[in-house]
Amino acid sequence: MRFALPLGLALAVVASAPGLAATGDQMPLKHLEWSFEGPFGTFNRADLQHGFQVYKEVCSACHSLNRVAFHTLAEEGGPGFSDPQMKAIAAGYKIPAGPNDKGETVDDKGQPLMRSGTPADHFPAPFANDDAARAANGGALPPDLSVIVKARPGGPDYVYSIISGFGQKPPPGFKVTDGKYYNPYFIGWNIAMPPPLTDNQVTFVDGAPAKIDDEAKAVVTFLSWASEPHLEDRHRMGLGVMVFLVVLSGLLYLSYRRVWRDAH
Amino acid sequence: MSGPSTYVPQTDLTRWLDSRLPILRLAHDTVWTFPTPRNLNFWYAFGAILTFCLGVQIVTGIVLAMHYVPNAGLAFDSVENIMRDVNYGWLLRYVHSNGASMFFLAVYVHMFRGLYYGSYKAPREVLWILGVIIYLLMVVTAFMGYVLPWGQMSFWAATVITNLFTSLDQVIPHLGSVIATWLWGDFAVGDATLNRFFSLHYLLPFVIAAVVGLHIWALHVPGNNNPLGIDVKGPQDSLPFHPYYTAKDAFYVGLFAILFAVLVFYAPEFVGNPDNNIPANPLVTPTDIVPEWYLLPFYAMLRSVPQKLIGVLVLVGSLLTLAFIPWLDWSPVRSNRFRPLMKQLFWVFVVDCIVLGYCGSQSVDAVRFGMPMVVVARVATAYYFAFFWLIMPIVGLIETPKPLPDSIAKSVLGTSAAPAE
Repeated sequence: MRFALPLGLALAVVASAPGLAATGDQMPLKHLEWSFEGPFGTFNRADLQHGFQVYKEVCSACHSLNRVAFHTLAEEGGPGFSDPQMKAIAAGYKIPAGPNDKGETVDDKGQPLMRSGTPADHFPAPFANDDAARAANGGALPPDLSVIVKARPGGPDYVYSIISGFGQKPPPGFKVTDGKYYNPYFIGWNIAMPPPLTDNQVTFVDGAPAKIDDEAKAVVTFLSWASEPHLEDRHRMGLGVMVFLVVLSGLLYLSYRRVWRDAH
Repeated sequence: MSGPSTYVPQTDLTRWLDSRLPILRLAHDTVWTFPTPRNLNFWYAFGAILTFCLGVQIVTGIVLAMHYVPNAGLAFDSVENIMRDVNYGWLLRYVHSNGASMFFLAVYVHMFRGLYYGSYKAPREVLWILGVIIYLLMVVTAFMGYVLPWGQMSFWAATVITNLFTSLDQVIPHLGSVIATWLWGDFAVGDATLNRFFSLHYLLPFVIAAVVGLHIWALHVPGNNNPLGIDVKGPQDSLPFHPYYTAKDAFYVGLFAILFAVLVFYAPEFVGNPDNNIPANPLVTPTDIVPEWYLLPFYAMLRSVPQKLIGVLVLVGSLLTLAFIPWLDWSPVRSNRFRPLMKQLFWVFVVDCIVLGYCGSQSVDAVRFGMPMVVVARVATAYYFAFFWLIMPIVGLIETPKPLPDSIAKSVLGTSAAPAE
């Protein structure tokens, strides 16, 4: 009985996975063996750094990453950039500056004052606000990617399937809406995002292969870290806690048997 | 508390204190010497486990509240700040959010255990009703806590549940709407709602702790029920709570903590809803609005009724029914061990609750295993009510219980009842 409720929940999850029954139903997601899955999972460092490059060169044209600060790129459990690398990455971004000595917030041409990014800054958004983002994307709002992997059923598999799932032929009789793209992993099949990746769209600094699948896997790993930056910490501490609790419970069991030895 | 106190202060200081505030005497009598039936099994450890859960929720909650901002514009950000920048904030939050699930898992086991062994029957009616009150307070507290991260599911759960009050408009025009507006502090769920939910979410756990105090008090007057459901007849039937049950409970709390830790460290989002990682947006309704798993059975009952007001009455009725159980069960025998028919119907009831939970997790028009879920939910709802209002009284009258054992000691130790203590 004590497992009945989680079991019921698990059944509910299994039974609710939809098949490709009707037009617009989501196709079963592609599943990858992610490096960060399982109790000992850690992020593949190379994938994280490649993924950062894909985000920077491709995704960030439309998608913000508002909650991620530059300094976390050099922190333990993250992409593992060195401090100077991270500072250089931050300095490569322009951030709206505060008022200058004269209290001005715009330069003499009326443009907002900008400054270079610092480790404490977060990734700047590509658009000034949601309305500007919609206006530039045919009315659709590209979601912020900071917690995207946790915000979609299927998590990393979902994001991977979406970004690598373009280019398939729609089934006969299905008409793709004007200005949209066919993607069978997206509920309704009409997605506003154009196919983001092509083979060798990104040239990885270490010369690693950059097929669509490589790029997608890398950026999903990066976004999974962005969603759960303390995952490695959590797994490491979890192991310690489990060992401690098992030993503690073992000792508690022995003392329980000892105390009860004479009672029964 | 049952029987005269056996506390003897040993030092000048404790003698001095005992004649002014006998708090050590109270602790001694309630925790140390409290006579407890010697046959309590695993299922009786959940009282201690629940105390542990309440403690964990209060401690983690107090620290989370130091970093959380109850403002519609900042709440989601502040939670993300806790997850990313606060030292071990992710740990605190995952313990707290999964702690709610573990708390409900434990309380459901505790309640089913009470039902199975007839722990609600005389002289423990007040004990049971206090338990029902604690459970209702837990539901309200958990619901408000779920709203605080201000994600999509937070916002829409708050909207759906508070809108239930508008069904009262069908009884007295505008009454429900006025109540809903009063609850919201606005004309929709918004900043004012979030603020008051935070305030109450911080308050109610201490109310729960107080009622838990009454619950334990009410337990210590008649003493524990036990798996045999027969009364303690003498000292040979019981053991002092300490060290026997402190040792036993501590071990089971340890096992429970292992399960808890698996969830926190390896599957912290398992019981969560992905939609709650999307900031609240009043303009976008999620495809399926579902409560947390522990409220799904009641959600299924609510939705199984096409008429809103009656659905709400069914929901409220399903909860209030619990308070009447002591007077609905007419069998003189407490424990289902000796009630062959009721035992089977009890397990059907357990399955019924799980079926209701499953129905609640599916969309209203879902067809699963070839059955429309709404029809399944209706049948399951009917059984839920029938179990308490028909089966309990009728089975109590017609059932022939098995013979009860003479005493706990005889049953546990065999006929050579010479217990060593």
